[in-house]
Parts: sequence; C-alpha cells; structure tokens
Amino acid sequence: MKITLTIDGVRYDDDVEPRLLLVHYLREHAGRTGTPIGCDTSNCGACTVLLNGKSVKSCSVLAVQADGASVTTIQGLAAGNGSGEDGWHPLQKAFHEEHGLQCGYCTPGMILAAVDLLNENPNPTEEQVRDGLEGNLCRCTGYQNIVRAVLKAAGSTTGAGVQA
Amino acid sequence: MTATADHEVGRARTRKEDARLVTGQTSWTDNIMLPGLAQVAFLRSPHAHARITSVNLDAARTAPGVIAVFAGADVAAEQGSLPCAWPVTEDIVIPNHPPMAVETVRYAGEIVAAVVARDRYAAADALELIDVEYEPLPPVLDMPAALEPGSPKVHAEGNKSYTWSLANGDLDAAFADAPVVIERTYRQQRLIPEAMEPRAVVVAPVADEFTMWSSTQIPHVLKVMLALVTGIPEHKLRVIAPDVGGGFGSKLQVTAEEVLALILARRLGRPVKWTESRTEGNAAVHHGRDQIQKIRIAADADGTLRGLDVDLLADMGAYLMIVTPGVPLLGAFMFNAIYKMAAYRFNCTGVFTTKTPTDAYRGAGRPEATYAIEHIMDDLAFHLGLDPLEVRERNWIKHEEFPYTTISGLTYDTGNYEAATALAKDLFQYEELRKEQSERNAASAQVRLGLGVSTYTEMCGLAPSRVLGSLRYAAGGWEHAAIRMLPTGMVEVITGSSAHGQGHETAWSQIVADELGVPFEDVRVLHGDTAISHKGMDTYGSRSLVVGGTALVSACGKVREKARVIAAAMMEVAPTDLEWADGRWAVRGDPDQGKTIGEIAFATFAAHDLPDGVEPSLDCDATIDPDNFSYPHGTHLCAVEVDTETGWVKIRSYVAVDDIGNVINPLIVDGQLHGGIVQGIAQALFEEAAYDDSGNLVTASLADYLIPSAADVPSFTLARTQTPSTLNPLGVKGVGEAGTIASTPAVVNAIVDALRPFGVTDVAMPCTPERVWRAINNALPSPGETPPLQPPAQNQVDGGGAA
Amino acid sequence: MIPASFDYTRPGSVEAAVEALAADEEAKVIAGGQSLLPLLRLRFAYPTLLVDLGGISELRGVRDAGDALEIGALTTHYELTRDPLIAAHAGLLAQAAGTIADPAVRHRGTIGGALSHADPAGDLPAVVTALEAVLVVTGPGGSREVSPAGFFADYLTTTLAPGEILTSVRVPKLGDGWGYHYEKFHPTAQAWAIVGVAALARRSNGHVAEARIGLTNMGSTPVRAGAAEAAAAGAEASAAAMRAAAQRADEGTSPPSDLRAAADYRRHLARVLTGRALARAAGI
Repeated sequence: MKITLTIDGVRYDDDVEPRLLLVHYLREHAGRTGTPIGCDTSNCGACTVLLNGKSVKSCSVLAVQADGASVTTIQGLAAGNGSGEDGWHPLQKAFHEEHGLQCGYCTPGMILAAVDLLNENPNPTEEQVRDGLEGNLCRCTGYQNIVRAVLKAAGSTTGAGVQA
Repeated sequence: MTATADHEVGRARTRKEDARLVTGQTSWTDNIMLPGLAQVAFLRSPHAHARITSVNLDAARTAPGVIAVFAGADVAAEQGSLPCAWPVTEDIVIPNHPPMAVETVRYAGEIVAAVVARDRYAAADALELIDVEYEPLPPVLDMPAALEPGSPKVHAEGNKSYTWSLANGDLDAAFADAPVVIERTYRQQRLIPEAMEPRAVVVAPVADEFTMWSSTQIPHVLKVMLALVTGIPEHKLRVIAPDVGGGFGSKLQVTAEEVLALILARRLGRPVKWTESRTEGNAAVHHGRDQIQKIRIAADADGTLRGLDVDLLADMGAYLMIVTPGVPLLGAFMFNAIYKMAAYRFNCTGVFTTKTPTDAYRGAGRPEATYAIEHIMDDLAFHLGLDPLEVRERNWIKHEEFPYTTISGLTYDTGNYEAATALAKDLFQYEELRKEQSERNAASAQVRLGLGVSTYTEMCGLAPSRVLGSLRYAAGGWEHAAIRMLPTGMVEVITGSSAHGQGHETAWSQIVADELGVPFEDVRVLHGDTAISHKGMDTYGSRSLVVGGTALVSACGKVREKARVIAAAMMEVAPTDLEWADGRWAVRGDPDQGKTIGEIAFATFAAHDLPDGVEPSLDCDATIDPDNFSYPHGTHLCAVEVDTETGWVKIRSYVAVDDIGNVINPLIVDGQLHGGIVQGIAQALFEEAAYDDSGNLVTASLADYLIPSAADVPSFTLARTQTPSTLNPLGVKGVGEAGTIASTPAVVNAIVDALRPFGVTDVAMPCTPERVWRAINNALPSPGETPPLQPPAQNQVDGGGAA
Repeated sequence: MIPASFDYTRPGSVEAAVEALAADEEAKVIAGGQSLLPLLRLRFAYPTLLVDLGGISELRGVRDAGDALEIGALTTHYELTRDPLIAAHAGLLAQAAGTIADPAVRHRGTIGGALSHADPAGDLPAVVTALEAVLVVTGPGGSREVSPAGFFADYLTTTLAPGEILTSVRVPKLGDGWGYHYEKFHPTAQAWAIVGVAALARRSNGHVAEARIGLTNMGSTPVRAGAAEAAAAGAEASAAAMRAAAQRADEGTSPPSDLRAAADYRRHLARVLTGRALARAAGI
C-alpha cells in the first residue's frame, strides 16, 4: 500500500505491506532508530511517539493507519540536529539535569509521553505525573527522578509543547 | 572524600552518557544495520518436557525470503555445550546444554530450530512452516517432589545437581537448650529480570574473523567463552557491547542465541541479526531467585542469637547456565548478615526442573538471604515482644568492633549500623508512626498501618580471585583499566567494566579528573569493545567502581609517575624535587614552577628532549585483584497501609539510609538506590514468573508479568551515613544491588507487621491483595470476633519460654 | 512479534465497510487497533483482511440526540474523557474511560472497538451495561438496535453477525439526582481490572431511589448486579445501607479463577467495591 507520512518534519512516500508496524517503518524504512521496541503487548511504552501531536505506542499502530499523519520521534524533538544541549527540548534537558535516565532504553518513549502529558496539563501534581506515565515502564530509575524531571520541565515548558 | 571546588569526586555531575540517550542517537544492538544483514528467528519448544520425534523444515526452506533453516541435528556437531563456569562441588551434575535442542526439550522456550531470512517478517512467517513433532514427557515443576525417588527425571543423571554446605561453630549446642527456637519456611518466588532492552545479537563474519555485537553485560567473558564453545580462536573474535539497555544480571550470560548466531554467520558467510521479542524473552532469558528457604534460629530469652540453621532448595531450572549453581553460595555468606552468633550451618541443594534456567538477578543470592534473616528477626522480635529494631541492636556488630570476622568467615572492614539506624528512625518518624499504628489497632481500623525494618548488609565488589577459586569459580575477579594520554592533553580511559546504564563514563571521568589534574570534560571513557578494551571482567555484582575504579586509580598513579620523570627533564630538576600538587608536578618549594599532565603529554608526543632511556609515552594500564569483598550496609524503613477489606497494600513512606562508603557521584548513587528499591518492591508486591501444571509460563508477556509503573510506587527519602571502606583507595563499597537487597524484606515485614494483630506471621511473595486478604481471613477465628492481639501459639515456635 | 500477512482496506463509508466485511468471512474490523494489534502480533488471530474504519468520518464524535447522546463508534477513550456532552450527561463513561490502560492507548482505542472486543475484563462493557445504553449495529440488511445484554454473548464474543459493525452507542442522558462512580480494582495502574464496579444511583429525599450496577470481570460477559440494585432501591443513603445492599452484588455471577484472582476473592471484591461505588454514586 502506498503511504505518505511526515516524520520529524521530513516527508516520506512509500509502498508498504499492510501488516508493517509503524515502529518497524520508523526504524527500518525511515532509519529513525531512536525509537526502540520493548514489548509485544503495548505495555512498556518504549516505542511511544507523537502521532499528529498525541502520544501513541508505535508498535500498536500499522504504518498504513498512519497514512497522511505527522510523526514526531525523539529525534525530532530537539531544535536543529539535536547535537547541542542548547537546542534540546525542555524535557530532554530536565531528564538530563535530574538524572531521569540510566540505561536510556525507556527514555525516548518516556520523554514523548511526558511531552503529551504536559501538553494536556501544563502544571501537573506529582500524582498526576505518575498517573500520566503509567503506560511507560522503566526498570532502572525507580521513576523518582523521571517524575522530578517532568515536574521541573513543567515549570519551563509553557509554549514549548510540540505541535506536529 | 567530600567535594571541594577543586575536586570532581563527590560532585553531582550530570551524565555524559545522556547526550546520546535523550536525543535518540543510541547504538542499541538492534539498531545496527549492515549490508546483506540477514535476520534470524528461533522456533521454541511449546512443551516443558518432550522428546523431539521429527522435524520437517521443507516448507520453511522454500518460503519467500528464506535463506536457510536449521534444526538441532544440523548444528549438533559444532554447537558445543553452553558453559557453566561455577561447578560448586566436585560431584556436581552439569548436564550437557546444547544451544539448540537435538533430542529432548527440557523447558518451554528452548530453541528447536532457526530460520535465517532476508528480513524479520519473512523469518517470522517461516517459523510457522516448521513442523516439529514431540512426544511429551512428564514435566518436573516442584522442587521437593523432584527430589523424591520416583520423580520423572529432567536429566538422566537425576534431578539433584549438587549439595553444598558451610558450617561454623557448634550448632547442636546452640539449639540444644535455647530458650527460643523459631523455624520458618520462606518462598523466594521466581522472577523475570525484564531489562527494558530485549536481547539482540549481530554477527559479522569477514574471512575467518568474527565481530559480534551483543546486548551483554560481559563482552570480555563472552569472548573467551565463545572461543571455548565454538573453537573459533579467541584472537579471531571481537565482541562489542554497544549501548545496552539494562541488564540486572540477565545479560551476565553466554546465551544459546549468541552461540547460534555465531555458528549461523560462520555457516552462511554473511552477517546475521537476532532480536528478541519480549514474549520470547520472558521464557528464554534466565530467571532469578526461586528458592525454598527453611531457616531456623536459636536465641536466648533476651533475643541474643545463638545459632542459625539454613536449608535451601534452589531451582536451577532445566540447565546450569554460567553461574547458576553459584548464586545461592553468594547468599550463603549473608544469612548471618550484620549479626553475631556462635554457630551457623548452611546447606543448599540445587534442583533441576523443567523450567527456564535460573541465574544471577540483581543481588544474586544476597536478596534471598537478606529477606530470610530480616524476616525471621522480625518474627523473633514479635515472639519476644520486642521492637524489631531493638532485637537487631542486641545482635548486630557494634561500630567499634570492626573489622569483624563473621560466623560465615567474611571480615567486614567498616560499618556503623547504629548511625544508619538512628538517622533512618529520625527521618522516618518511627516513634510517631508506631503510636499511630497502636491507635489504629486499638480502634480496629479498617486500614491498618505496618512498619517494616530491614537492616541489611551485603558482600559485593566481586571479587577476590583467591576466594572465587576456593569456591571453585572458574574465573578471577580482577579488573583492568588503561590510560591513553593524547598529545593535546585529552585523556582516553579504557575500562574493563562494561556499563549498561550505570554511568561509568561520567564517574570514571570524575575520578580521572582528580587523579590527573585534568578537566572533567577532557576525559573520554571507552568500554565494551574487546578490540579497544582488550581485557576485563565486566560489570555485575556491584564490582565496577570497587574493583574497576581501583584499577583506574592505579593506572592513573602510574601515568603520574611516568610524567614525573619527563616533567623533571622539562624543568631541568631531579624527579625527587617534584611534588604532585594541585593537579600537576611542581617543584618542591617553588610552586610557580610546574607542569600539567597536558603539558607533559605534548612534550612526550614531540619527544624531542626526553631523558635517555625514557620511552615517549605516558600510557599506562593496571590490573587489580581485590583482597576482600566490600560491605555496604544500611537501614531501610517502610510504612504500609493495608486495607483489610480488600487486601490492598499502599506504601505510605519509605526511608533508606545507606552506607556505601565514599561517594563519587551522589546523583548516580541516588539513582541506583531508587531503581534498586523499586525492583525489590516489585518482588515484594507484584512480580512472579508463574507456570501452569503442564509447565508453560503463564506470565509470558508484560500484560501478565506485572512490573510497576510510576503510578504504582511512591517517592523515597534517601540519606547516607559514610564509613569509608578501608579495602580500596577510593573508600567505596558499591551500590548497584543495595536497594534491591534491602527493600524486599522492608516491604514484606511492614505488611506482616500490619497484620500481626490478625495472627498473621507471613504473606507469600508477591504479597498480592488476594494473598493479603487470605492471610487475614484464614487467621481470623470467625467473622465478627475481635482479632487476637496476643501472638498466637505457633507450631513453628518451640522452646519459647520468653513469650 | 510480527503479524501474519493480511489485506487491508480503508473504506470511506459504513456501507462500503459492511460490503468489504461481508465479502470475506475471515475479515476483521480495525478501529484504534489497541486490542487487535497485540493479538495479531502474538499471532493469536489470522484475519485475511482488515477493514479499517478510520476513514469513516461519520463514525466520529458525540452528538446530542435529545434525551440521549449518540456516540460514534470511533470516538476514542481520550475523547470520552474530554467531551463536554459526555461530562454533562454521561460522566460515568468519562470516568471509566480515563482508567483504561494508559494515555497513549486511550488516544487510539475507541468505544466501538472496546465494546466489539467484548473482553469482560474491559471497563466499558460494564459501564454501557449500567448506563442501559443502546448499541446501534449496521450490517448488510441495514441497522438494528441492541441492548448490552443482547450484544455481549460470551468471552470475547458478541452477537454481531457476519458483515455487521457496531456504528454507535446511544447513551440515555442521566437526569437530575443521578450520581455515578466507577470503582476499578487492578493490581498495577495499567493492568486489567480484577473486578470493576460501574454504579449509578439516583438520590431522592435522603434515600437511594434507584440504582444500576454493572460489573466488570465477574463472568464471561459484563453483568448487572440485579439483586444489589433491588436491595439499594429505597434504602437510606448511608454507607452502611449501601454496604448492606452490596452484600448481594455477586448473586448470579460466575466469576473466573485465573492468574490474577480466584473466584471467591472476586465475589468478595464485588461486594466490597459495590458498597464503595454505590456510596460514591449516591454522594455519601
């Protein structure tokens, strides 16, 4: 099937099998390997991206279902090429500053889930942050510094949400 | 070692690793793409125990995109046996462990065939075209039953792998006339490590040389083992652990998939990749824990411990993996924990079952031991009507008694249990919570409060090679580090540790910055590639800083000494006239005259005016073997609220005071503790690898194996006391496993504490709401009656004159 | 894990979707895909054709239909939690939708998909049961209306005939005096309910005049706790009275015993949680 997607600001036209998962399209067709895969059942959230600005688990969306949509991955979140800290999204900065990651495997999904969370609720309480991240599992951090990072970014993200 | 303006060590440095991790510029193994890369998929046994009667690969071989298909018989001649490096006794049974089953499968998830295809979709389709016929054999699922004479056998040699014992002191005398004897049986349920990154392996063959990328904790050990298993000469192998997404012991392994990927790449002469799915991994990655612990203590009427008797059954699963039989031994030295006693006996039998093999999982043996002793100490306190902290204090090693040789034979160098406990009690508001608990109990409140105590210690920093050798472990416990001074004064650090989330790139940079007087930013840490870091013992057992950090300090010292000679020549003074001050070599008495390492490095690069016989290099390396383990300790206190109507447990507050010696980076240390505590809580409340009666793993996916999210755990209050280790120059003790070891008993003790008024003495882990509810209701005399407030008469408690 | 091959079509109208579905016995409907895709990835299902409703704009959104709300089958759980009409007239649906899985799943998952999947551990089946919603089904022979009891047939099974699609859910507006609460008991935040209780109560003069209770995961389909409803009706609006009425919550249910809980514990939970849900619904 022919599909057209915009991924991190770049348009892709492709012909894909209907069964191709969006996450495999991102990783293996578009070369956006910043989005990892952690499970088969949409529980872990490692593959979370923004689809038309809303968080989704890209392992549970078919590429053909995303036809015409705009996708933001972790690689499209920073301004510029992301190599300089200056261009990082406030959540990328906050995760770094608050040590909200260890192995980093959950981090892309966790950050994009947090972007969505702050878009919905720019000034969340700790409990709202914890509930809002219920779909993203981390095995390293015990979540404490992730929650701190999101709360910290909440103070600085006004107007910094991602519109895709 | 506290931070000063000039010191890097002790600073809460944000991590160097983060720049690639928060921007998606990572190099997970599954990200690696190579020209012509083929995808491997494995067919796995749906049976726990069966004989393979036929395998038909024809349909799969002709499927679109399929390059090759193999069954066990096709690789039998070259696949060898997966290694067990810890034959704990002379007469241990180590069964043959083919990476791909040939005749018999012994757990659901064992590999029976492999497809190599042009992409992962074609490989997945072809798996379904393989026809394997099995003759089912009876599963062996229960350890005690497996040891009965008539039990079906997992292996022809029988279901017992080994029995290992340790004894010190006169145990019979300790128990003979003891006023209090308490005996309990605890169950360490089987756990699945669930590192967030599923395993993956890529192998690229070029002529007769092979490069393997693997999501592993142990590239160095893996390289040696692959050479031994496959016969490929070691110097023709290069193993790279790129970014690795967590391990927790699960990637401390030489796996069937790694061996088979190597064999298939060699067969086909093309690069191959295998990527695990979570569901596949839940059955195939080694599991953790799974012990039945029979524990017995004898005490005086005042609670003073006399003796400890431990009898373990440890589930090996179907085969012995790299350190499977040794895991309980790491606990053997820890049951006595921080307590003094006159006699101790430990006995462990390793049992084969038709389940996924077990092996190291965060803490490996020590969480199990700590859980049992900390739980039974609470039982002793309750039996005597003492506060749980009081009974501990009566038995623990006093801070002035260090160094102290324990009943199990370890010598603890330093510690201060009094200080950690006092601080924890204060932060926790222990007395206030006890008061609230009494009030709730007096009012028969629906929601009860329970306070859980865990005063843990552990042995880590694995390990002195001599000790490992005496325990029949096949390898040593040393570590390697090297410094490469670049002409511009930048420093490349090579470490034999292999980080997978621990932050070595940052912490190692801090150490080197102080040792060589260079800016933190000027240090780059290289690791995880055997072609760059040619030797190492890798990362597990909270060893990287304790052992690898010591090697790093030693290598830096050597660099400084080399630099001294060259600096002296540069300044035309004698080397003995120089002193290392403020991060450079300065002339004694004339501090304005000095040379930094960077300046000396450039002079060494130019090599124009070096003294005769001095080589033009500052590069140095060091290999360090520790003399002893290290012994972090701490006091964790947990308050839970238990809804007695539903059994729901809510952690209300949690205080952790840890003494891990000196701290290189408090940010990283806190992170290790947070994560460790949650993993221990997960064992207490949520997780269990469950099998059905036919031996199928029921918790096959993350929909069924419940690991906690942010919404399921609270924030923790952390604090530290600090008694530096005397066993290494950094004064560090290790922190990777401390949280996990400490938290499980703290949580379960809190739950049991809340339920003591109902006569409850234990709740099996995980303490699900249903189990908590049943514990309450089985113990209640009858509906409507006031619950007994006195300790119930227990058949497990005898002697008991003090009750 | 990777789905087996299938064909895919994305029709622009309900008629075209019905036609596509009727032409292939092994076809399956996909909406948000949040239940279906994990099943396909684990290869628990092998449809030959997926009929994606995503292109049918008439199935989206919530419409005021006088004394009821007409909720398009493609309305997502996220939209249910945000929609002002739902908030005003069917708040129970919004509250329960907000407990489903996690935010990312709620962005994709739809009410039509969740009901058609008919998982008794799902939250919305019990909620529409308590709300006495009408499910509007369209097939080759036109549209028909069916009650929740007539729709949910068994575990993961509905009475949808081949070629039929659930197109909308008509939810009667709650009148004055009604309160609601969804009490979900699940071991971790993103886990399925061990037991859930969807309770509605109409309060009048310090009493509960009327109650409706739907139970999640207390049988192979969502069930009404009829005996408890009857016991609550006319009872004093007190926690004790609600607890007493709730003692009958598990009557007539046949809860499963599984990895998460044994049947007797589920029965116990149903009674306790029904008492709590009724009390909340009645504003106690």
